Formats: sequence, structure tokens, C-alpha cells
Amino acid sequence: MNVLIGHYNYWIVIFLMMAGLYVVIAQGNLVKKIVGLNIFQASVFILFISMGKVEGGTAPIVTQGVSLYSNPLPHVLILTAIVVGVATTALALALVVRINEAYRSVEEDEIHEQDQSF
Amino acid sequence: MLFGIYSFLTASLFVTLDAVDVAFTEAAVGAGISTFLMLSTLALTVPREKVRRKRNVIPLLVVTTIGATLVYGTFDMPYFNDPSAPLHSHVARHYIEASADEVGVPNLVTAVLASYRSYDTLGEVTVIFTAGIGVLALLGYRKRRGKS
Amino acid sequence: MRPPTQPHNLVLRIAAKMLIPPILMFALYVLFHGETGPGGGFQAGVIFAAAFVLYALVFGIGLARAVATERVLRILASLGMLLYVGVGLASLFAGANFLDYDVLAQERLEGQHLGIFLTEISIGMTVAAVMMIIFFAFAERGVRR
Repeated sequence: MNVLIGHYNYWIVIFLMMAGLYVVIAQGNLVKKIVGLNIFQASVFILFISMGKVEGGTAPIVTQGVSLYSNPLPHVLILTAIVVGVATTALALALVVRINEAYRSVEEDEIHEQDQSF
Repeated sequence: MLFGIYSFLTASLFVTLDAVDVAFTEAAVGAGISTFLMLSTLALTVPREKVRRKRNVIPLLVVTTIGATLVYGTFDMPYFNDPSAPLHSHVARHYIEASADEVGVPNLVTAVLASYRSYDTLGEVTVIFTAGIGVLALLGYRKRRGKS
Repeated sequence: MRPPTQPHNLVLRIAAKMLIPPILMFALYVLFHGETGPGGGFQAGVIFAAAFVLYALVFGIGLARAVATERVLRILASLGMLLYVGVGLASLFAGANFLDYDVLAQERLEGQHLGIFLTEISIGMTVAAVMMIIFFAFAERGVRR
């Protein structure tokens, strides 16, 4: 029972991660694939942040009268990961827009067909 | 729309997990920029999706297998909210205790980000800059006539 | 044709006019108070860009582009990066490691404070400029058609 209570955050993360992975593998629409990738990314953020939480601790800002803080290291990593994630998503979506202009479609199989038929 | 709601949910989740800086960033970035990106990509490409006819089982199997293996792997991991996890014991404790003397900034996240791990932050700013250059190279030029 | 007296999104325009300066001020507040409370360079940059996005959405891309031209944005982004590396090089020239803030001022804590201040400003500049670049690139692509 302790295992269940102690680990449920990991299982939520794994569920979200697998949902994102499924969208990336199974969907043919390129924009949906990028959405799946973002779901995956958000699940990794939740993993790091939930691992950094300490019971009874507060936000890692030094204040009077508080002695126990949550771990600031994961926060640092995830902070920049979020902004970098949005920048790379923007780059990926720019690529999708250009692919659409070149192939007139954002479906994976239609693009493969156009590439292979020469 | 769902994308924006998802970002807000993750941001509020971060607040409950004591990560106020991260929640701030996620709310600003996710609700503002990400939603705009998705909407504008949908506006610039085909707004309607092709309906798939066949149902494929293999991705579902792959995903379930990977998920089961991961769940099996989490049984060894430290418990949620545990203060004695190895994550909190070594470098993080040094940062929390020594940053008042060495850096003197109350916000521990900023102290670690901008002082202790400043080199990594330089790398991340470079990545953001490169992504901006990439988007500029892909979508920037307006003076073309006809198809590219 | 519309009657020439009032534009059709009058409420939006007035609300945006009242909101955009406080949003910009809030971005600066978050930037400079990143040391004592939550915030810092990344958040400030994104909020700053969001103010410009709001302006472009309400008043049109042309007007927003007139303020944030491509040249200005490119220079701003590059300047942010150069400032960051410059702080590191200043530490190097003063005899310590790269990006070691202890040697930037007379006292160690003063040096740390100065280093963090300059670093956060440079992060904010680059992030704001890149977010605006991305927004304008996507938005103008649609106008071209």
C-alpha cells in the first residue's frame, strides 16, 4: 500500500508520457504529432518537479522563519526547458508550414507518396 | 483551445508542487505563445484533418509494453515527498545552505540559474537564439514572388 | 463600408491601450525582482513579447511591425547574447574563471549581484526578441497570401 501512495506521481507521469508517445507514433497528421511531443514534454516536466518536492517544504525562496525548502535544482532545469521547448516547437511548426507549402499536405503518408513517386 | 487549458492545468500543478518560478514560466509561455503557435500553424496549413480508416494495433501494443516496463522500473524509485531521497542530499543541500553566503540572493532558483549554473544558462540562451534564427530562415522572407 | 466614426473593435482597442503599458511595466518588474521573488529573465522576456503580441492582434501587424522592425529585433537578440558572453569574458580578464562573478566588483557579494543583474537583463532581451521574431514570422506568413 505504501508503494501505491509513494509512487503515484510516477504513474501519472508514465501515463501522460505514453499518451504523448502514442500520439507521435500512431497519428499521421504532422501537427498532431507535434502536439503529442508537447504532451510528452510536459509529462517529463511533471516528473522532475514532483521529484523535487519535499514534504513540508515551501517554495525555494529564502524567507524568515522557514527552514525546509523544496529542492531548487529541478526547478532550474525545467525553467529553461520550458522556454527552450517552446522555441523548438516553434521551429518544428515552421518546418510543418514549409512542408505544407511544398507538398500541399500535412499527412505523413501523402508526403511519403509524393516523395517516392518519381 | 485544449492546448491552452492543458498548459494552465500544468501551471497550477506546478504551483501546488511548490515550484512557483516554473509555474510562472509555464503559464506565460504555454497560455500565450504555444497556443498562438498552434492556432497559426493550423491557419497556415490545412484546417481539416484527413480521417483515417484503418485502426492500427501495433502502436497501442508498443506503448502498453513500454508503459508496463516503466511502471516496473518505478518500484525502486524514492517515494513522493520524501525528504531523505538522494536527490535532496548532496548538491542541492549545499546550494540551499551556502547560497546566502556565496551569492546573497533570496530566490534560490535565480541564484542557481544565474550564478552556480550560469554556463548552462548561456547554453540555453544560445539554443533559444538558434531557434529564432531557424524560424527566421524558414519563414522570414516576404519578398518572394510565386512559389518557393 | 463601415461608418467612419468608430472602428469595429472599439472596446478591444481601449482595453488594450489601458493594459499594454502595465504589462510592459510588469515585465520589467518581474525582471528586476527576480532575485527576491519568483521571476527572472525568462519570464520577463516572454511577458514583454506577449505585450507586443497583444498590440499586434488588436491594432494590426503593420503598426506593430513599425515599432519592432526586423532589424531592431535581430540586433536586440544578438545584443543579449553578446552581453552574456561579455560578462563572462569580463570575469576572464579579471583573472578568475569564465562567468565567475566574484571578481566583477570590489566585494564578493556586490560582484555576484552585478553579475546576476546583467545576466538576467541579457536573458530577458534575447528571449523577448526571439519570441517576437517567431510571432512576426508566423503572422506575416499568412499576410503574404
